[in-house]
Amino acid sequence: MTAVLEVEGLHKTFGGLVAVEAASFSVEAGRLFAIIGPNGAGKSTCFNMVGGQLRPDRGAVRLAGRDITGEPPRRIWRLGVGRTFQVAAAFGSMTVAENVQMAFLSHRRRIRALLPPARRLYREEALAVLDRVGMAGQADRQCGQLAYGDIKRVELAVALAHRPKLLLMDEPTAGMAPRERVELMALTAGIVRESGISVLFTEHDMDVVFAHADRLLVLDRGRMVAEGTPAEVRDNPEVQRIYLGGAGAEAALRQIEARQGTRGEARP
Amino acid sequence: MTDPAFLLIQFLNGLASASNLFLIACGLSIIFGVTRIVNFAHGSFYMLGAYFAFTLADHMMPALGDAVGFWLAIPLAAVGVGLFAVLVELVLLRRIYRSHELFQLLATFGVVLIVQDLVPAVWGPEELFGPRAPGFTSFVTILGFRFPEYQLVLIAAGPLVLGALWLLFNRTRWGTLVRAATQDREMVGALGVNQAILFTGVLFLGGLLAGLAGALQLPVEPANPFMDIHVIAEAFVVTVVGGMGSVLGAFLAALIIAELQAFGILVFPEVTLVLPFLVMALVLVWRPWGLLGRPEAATGHGFAGDRPLRPLGTPGQLAAAALIVVLLLLPLVLGDYAEKLALEVFVFALFAFSLNFIMGAGGMVSFGHAAYFGLGAYGAALAVKQLGLAMLPALVAAPLLAGLGALAFGWFVVRLSGVYLAMLTLAFAQIAWSTAFQWVELTGGDNGMIGIWPSAWASNVTVYYYLTLLLCGAATAFLWRASFAPFGYTLRAGRDSPLRCDAIGIDVKRHQWLGFALAGTCAGIAGGVFVFSKGNVDPGALSIPTSVDGLVMVLLGGIQTLTGPLLGAAAFHLLEAYVLPLTDYWRALVGLVILLLVVAFPQGLAGFLRDLIERRGASA
Repeated sequence: MTAVLEVEGLHKTFGGLVAVEAASFSVEAGRLFAIIGPNGAGKSTCFNMVGGQLRPDRGAVRLAGRDITGEPPRRIWRLGVGRTFQVAAAFGSMTVAENVQMAFLSHRRRIRALLPPARRLYREEALAVLDRVGMAGQADRQCGQLAYGDIKRVELAVALAHRPKLLLMDEPTAGMAPRERVELMALTAGIVRESGISVLFTEHDMDVVFAHADRLLVLDRGRMVAEGTPAEVRDNPEVQRIYLGGAGAEAALRQIEARQGTRGEARP
Repeated sequence: MTDPAFLLIQFLNGLASASNLFLIACGLSIIFGVTRIVNFAHGSFYMLGAYFAFTLADHMMPALGDAVGFWLAIPLAAVGVGLFAVLVELVLLRRIYRSHELFQLLATFGVVLIVQDLVPAVWGPEELFGPRAPGFTSFVTILGFRFPEYQLVLIAAGPLVLGALWLLFNRTRWGTLVRAATQDREMVGALGVNQAILFTGVLFLGGLLAGLAGALQLPVEPANPFMDIHVIAEAFVVTVVGGMGSVLGAFLAALIIAELQAFGILVFPEVTLVLPFLVMALVLVWRPWGLLGRPEAATGHGFAGDRPLRPLGTPGQLAAAALIVVLLLLPLVLGDYAEKLALEVFVFALFAFSLNFIMGAGGMVSFGHAAYFGLGAYGAALAVKQLGLAMLPALVAAPLLAGLGALAFGWFVVRLSGVYLAMLTLAFAQIAWSTAFQWVELTGGDNGMIGIWPSAWASNVTVYYYLTLLLCGAATAFLWRASFAPFGYTLRAGRDSPLRCDAIGIDVKRHQWLGFALAGTCAGIAGGVFVFSKGNVDPGALSIPTSVDGLVMVLLGGIQTLTGPLLGAAAFHLLEAYVLPLTDYWRALVGLVILLLVVAFPQGLAGFLRDLIERRGASA
C-alpha cells in the first residue's frame, strides 16, 4: 500500500529543550493514525511540523511522495491537506454554508473577485459537504451561534471541502461532551472509510484512540516509544510503564478493554 | 556646525525635551498597561496641567511669595489634573472597559474635544505666558555657551520621576498590584483585588504625571489651546516605540526620539515633524510590540451585532431606487447652497463608507483614514497647480496618489493588529499631514493651495452636483458590491479567524493589504471631488480631526451595517452645516455626541433601526 504521508527523522528543539527527537512514521491511504502520549510528549509539536505551523530543525515530511518540509500552511492545504484545530476555528459572523463556501472560493482561487455575490457561489457544493457531516439542516444559521459540537462539525466540513488526501485533526474531541465525542469520531471514521482519505490525529481520550485508530505512535518527552497497531501498542510493556505508570496499569487497561468491548457491539 | 561644544548643548536640549516626553508618555503607558485603554485625553491632561499651574501660580505667588508660591503651584496643578483624570475614569472609562477598542479610543477623543472647547471658554483663546521659575531664572555657562538653568531642572525631572516610579512599583503593595495587573488583569481580579479602586488609582497617577509635565513646561512654553493635539501624537509615538505598558521603554523611547529631533533639526530641518513617526513605523515593523513591550493577546471584544451579511430584500431595493430618483431630482428644488451641501454629503458618504470597508469588514480600526482623503485632495490640487492639468485628469490623479499612498502605508499597517494597527495608521496620517504642512514650496504649507475650480463645462453647481453623484455614487456602489463579493467575504473571514484562513489557503495579510489600498483609493476619489467643490485644500484635510470625523460618521450610522456609514455621513455633515455657525462649542458638542453613542448606542442609528425592526418583526 502507498503512504500518503511519510515523516522521516523529524527533530525540533526549543531553546535547550528537545521537543521532538527523530520521529518517523508513515500514514497509509484510508487509515486513521493517532499520535498519543502524556502531556509535554511532543504530540502538538510533531503535529504542527506536519501542518506547516512549525518548521522542523531536521528531517523531512513528504505528502504522496512530494517533499513539503517547512512549507507554509497555506501551501500545504493547497497540496491536499485539510485541518481542524484543538479550539475550533471558524468564521463566526458567517452562516454555516458560507463557512464551507469560503473553502471552495479559496480552492478555486476566486477570493479576489470583486463583483459576483459570494453567497451564491459554490452553495450547492457546500450543502453537499454539509450533508455528509449532518449539518445541511442548519446551513443558514450563523456559525457563531451554534453549539460547540456543531461548530466542530462545520470545521470538519470546511476541512473536507477540497477533497484532501490527508486530514489533520488536533485533539478533535477536546472540549466536547462525552456523547458528542463518540458521535464526531464515528462520523469522521465513517467518512474516512468511504472516501479513502487518511487522518492523522492527536488525542487524549484513550477510548477514542483505541476505538478508531488503525495505527498508533506513542511519544514520551519527544522520543518515539512505540509504533504499531492498537493491539501491539497496548501490549508494549514500555508503553504501559510510561503511560499508565506501574501498578495501576493492568487495571486501567482491563477497564479500557472492557469499555471497548461494549462499544464494539454498539457499532454498526 | 560641528563644534563639539555646540553639539553638547544640543544634546542637553534633547535631554530636556526627552524628560518632558517621558513624563507624558509614562502615564499613558501605565494607564494602558492596567486598563488596556489608549487614552487620547492624555494630551488634554497635559494642557490642563499648564493652565492649572498658570492660575495657581497667579494667585499663590503674590500671596505666598514667588519661590514658595511657584514651587507649590506646580505639584498642586499636577494633583488637580490627577483628580480630573479620576473624574474621567468614574464618569466614562468605567463604562467602557469591556467595549471594543475603537469605542475606547473614540470616547477618550470625545473628552479631548470637550476640553478643547472648555479651555478657551475658561482661560480665553490667547496664549498665557507663565512666570519664570524662581531660583532658576539665569544661565550657566557650558564650554562657552549659555545654557538656561531651568533646562537643567527639566533634565533632572525625567530620571527623578523614573526613580520614583521604580520605588513605587517595586517597594509598595499598590505598585506591585499595578505591575501584576499589567501582566494579567484577569488573574489580579480573580485574586480578589478591587479592580475599580486600582483603575481609579492608576488614572490618578497617569493624570498626575501628565499634569506635572504640563505644569513644568509653563516657564518654557506659554499655555495655549493647541498643546494637547500637538503633544498627544508624539506621546503616542513614544509609548508605542517603547512598548505599551513599559515605563522603562517609554524612557528609552523618549530619549531616542528627543535626541533624534535635536540633531535632526541641524541636518535636515524639514524632517523634524515627520521624524518621530518614521521612527515609530520602522520600530513597529522591526519589533511589532515596541522596544520593551510584550506581545499583546488579541482583546477579543467583537463589535456589537456581528451578523451574516444579507443582501437588500425587495423593500430595500425599492428604497434604494427611490433614493436614487430623489437624488437625481433634488437640484430641481434646491438652491445653490443646498446643492453644494448635498454634494458634500455624497463626498463624505463615500469617505465614511470606504473607512467602514476596512474597519467593519476587515477589522482594521484606522485612525488615519483622512490621510487617503487628503492625498486624493492634494493629488488633484497638485495636478492642477503644479502640472497644469484640467479637472478630469486631475480627478484621475486623486485616487492614483491616494491609492499609491495606501499601498505604501498599508504594507506596514497590515503587519500589526488591534491598538497597534490603529496607532500606526495615525502615525502615517501624521506623516502625510507633516509633509503637506512643511513642504511649503510644493504644497503651500499651512495656507494650502487655492483657486482649484472645475473646468468651465462643470463650473455650474448643478453640473458639478451630478458629476459628484456619479463619481461618489459609482465608487460607493462598487464598494457595496465588493462587500458582498468574495473579496469582501474574504476580508471578513480574515477578521473572524486568521488561523482558519491560513488553513484554507488564504493569505490574510496580503488580502488585508489589497483591501486597505482599495479603501484608500476610494477615499482619494472623495478627496479629489471635494477639492473642486471647495476650490482649495489645506493640511486640515489630512488631520486627525478629519480622521475622527470619519469615525464619528461610521459610529453614528452604525458599524457593521452597510447603510450606517452613509446615514451617519449625511447626519453628521448636515448637523455640522447647520449647527456649527450657531455655536462656539461645536467640538464639545461632537465630543458629547461621541460619548453618548459609545456609552448608550454602540450599534449606531442603522443598527438601532435594524434592531427595532427585528423586534417588531419578532413580536408580530
